Amino acid sequence: MNFRLLSIVRKETIHILRDPRTLVIMFVIPIIQLVLLGYAATTDIRRLNTVVYDADRTQQSRQLVEAYRASDYFAINAYVNNEQAVTALLDRGDVRAGIIIPAGYGERLGKGLTAQVAFLIDGSDPSVASTAFAASQSIGQAQSIQIIQQRTGIDPMRLNAIEVRPRVMFNPELKSANFMIPAVIGMILQFLTQLFTALTIVREREQGTIEQLVVTPIQSWELVIGKVIPYIGIAFFDLAEVLFLGVVWFDIPIRGSVPLLLALATLFLLTTLGMGLLISSAARSQQEAMLLSFLTMLPMIFLSGFFFPLEAMPVWLQALSYFVPLRYMLVILRGIIMKGVGLPSFPEQVIALLIMGPLIFTAASLRFRKSLE
Amino acid sequence: MIAIQNLTKQFGATTAVKNLSLAVNPGETFGLIGPDGAGKTTTLRVIATAMRPTTGQVTVAGIDVTHDPEAVKKTIGYMPQRFALYPDLSVLENLNFFADVFGSPRAQRTELIARLLGFARLGEFQTRLARNLSGGMQKKLALAATLMHRPRLLLLDEPTTGVDPVSRREFWDLLTQVHLDGVTIVISTPYLDEAERCQRVGLMYRGELIACDDPRQLRANLGAVVFEAHSTRALQARKLIEHRAGVRVASAHGDQLRLLLDCAERAAEIQTFFHANAISVDDWRQVQPRLEDAFVLMIAQEKQP
Ligand SMILES: Nc1ncnc2c1ncn2[C@@H]1O[C@H](COP(=O)(O)OP(=O)(O)O)[C@@H](O)[C@H]1O
Ligand SMILES: [Mg+2]
Repeated sequence: MNFRLLSIVRKETIHILRDPRTLVIMFVIPIIQLVLLGYAATTDIRRLNTVVYDADRTQQSRQLVEAYRASDYFAINAYVNNEQAVTALLDRGDVRAGIIIPAGYGERLGKGLTAQVAFLIDGSDPSVASTAFAASQSIGQAQSIQIIQQRTGIDPMRLNAIEVRPRVMFNPELKSANFMIPAVIGMILQFLTQLFTALTIVREREQGTIEQLVVTPIQSWELVIGKVIPYIGIAFFDLAEVLFLGVVWFDIPIRGSVPLLLALATLFLLTTLGMGLLISSAARSQQEAMLLSFLTMLPMIFLSGFFFPLEAMPVWLQALSYFVPLRYMLVILRGIIMKGVGLPSFPEQVIALLIMGPLIFTAASLRFRKSLE
Repeated sequence: MIAIQNLTKQFGATTAVKNLSLAVNPGETFGLIGPDGAGKTTTLRVIATAMRPTTGQVTVAGIDVTHDPEAVKKTIGYMPQRFALYPDLSVLENLNFFADVFGSPRAQRTELIARLLGFARLGEFQTRLARNLSGGMQKKLALAATLMHRPRLLLLDEPTTGVDPVSRREFWDLLTQVHLDGVTIVISTPYLDEAERCQRVGLMYRGELIACDDPRQLRANLGAVVFEAHSTRALQARKLIEHRAGVRVASAHGDQLRLLLDCAERAAEIQTFFHANAISVDDWRQVQPRLEDAFVLMIAQEKQP
């Protein structure tokens, strides 16, 4: 039995338990982050503010507007009387979409001709725009199919030569929460474990207690591992907390194996705890450690594919992303939680974590010298 | 017990310790004194293996601190200048932690801790958090923690600085017990009355050891006579004569003028001089040199080679 290691674990646990602020941060921050990001990090569009300029004012034109409204993608907030007013509202950002129905729309439809409608979309947020774009088209198409049916009296479905039946797998409702929550879990784990371990060693230095520690027979690895063990416990608690919250609050289905998730999370935690320790042995004050933590975490989150798809990034950024453990963990989290798949579906990711975890952790232990210098 | 040969320790451009050689005998209580920044802490840290020497050799009980620091750690107890126990752990938790870390056997643990708590008179405070102890109690706790593994050499860095006089005396009573147990003690202190209690003292100045001897010997070999006098214009009087021939050091504290002169006859000459300058200085008396005089003199000599 290694009493030195145990004594460090015990002492570190006491530090945590006696510091109410840290405790609150560790148990409340995950909830806040999950709820905020769960709602904010969504590309679902609902009731997008929309302005209508209906120059036609016929029953047909009103039907079309009604179809858009009924879709729930667009909320019709304003009616205006000219095109300039439409672009003015879009410019100001008061609305994100505009429908312009030219005069003669109803008449052309009545004559069996093709009628045109302009649909303006604010493209400043591309992901919202692309969803709105698709929605505007499909609603328009559905509407025209209805009109064809009225004209010909034939069920247009039967006229189709090719019938494409898309079936969305894993996330049939296309709920972006199902996609985002697993990623948020990965991010929370990264954030908390890295930040708190980054503070532990540097705190000993700031307090001056390191001076007493270095003259004891404690080995560097014992100190490093002993300090990290309580945080692994907390990380698992946080993981359980956010998983539970994801299920009961955001209706996330956990389709895969939870034990597998926990096992792979441990691998991932080795990398984040190792990063924290590396920062802690480099920083001179707790403030500096905190700053370094945030500075390294932001690029890692961006390069993990959390917000932006990696495929769309320049090649050199993609290359860089291979060094970001969160990248692999996101694939694993999304795979297990959303798709319910297991190890055979992400061998590269597991191997990458298997290599990076021990590597970073060993580097951190070696970097930490039992000396004041 | 300690043998230091030509120890130099540099931090970038600053040389904290310069070519220091020193031997501390087993069982001795050795005082390390010198103004702030003289290099006392750095010297103690190198002996304690908390820092590596830049050049030079340091051995503790024959073990080289750079070659086998782990063996040295078992031999020594080091109490840093700053309180270095855990403020959010209780007295007992702190002691238990260091007992664990030094692998002190479980069986004798309770007895050892009880003995140390009794020794440091902290028995009734054992559940109090270290941060809530008074300064004096913190020092005693730190001493108890360094004694946990029964070291043969104690390195104490200004253990009584910032502590009230009563606690200081208590602390020295504890040190006397430790000394009587045969433990070698090296203690740095800014208090020269404490240095007087050491068998030998070393004076450090700008990283160098400029004197090292029995404190009585240092006073005896002062090479100057000490006069005290009284004047309401002591400061002005000091200014007038500080560069006069034969005046080694002149200092003024309040109404008190203290002069280190090359010979007793010089006093009469200076009295006449003050008289001529119409500054009344009276109550002249020759006094026993203090350790402080020796150090003030030696540092003054270092300053003007
Ligand atoms: N870790 C360090 N880094 C840089 N300079 C230091 C360090 N420790 C001490 N020094 C410098 O070395 C000199 C001696 O300091 P120190 O040993 O603390 O003296 P003392 O304990 O006698 O006051 C001082 O000039 C101090 O600024
Ligand atoms: Mg010092």
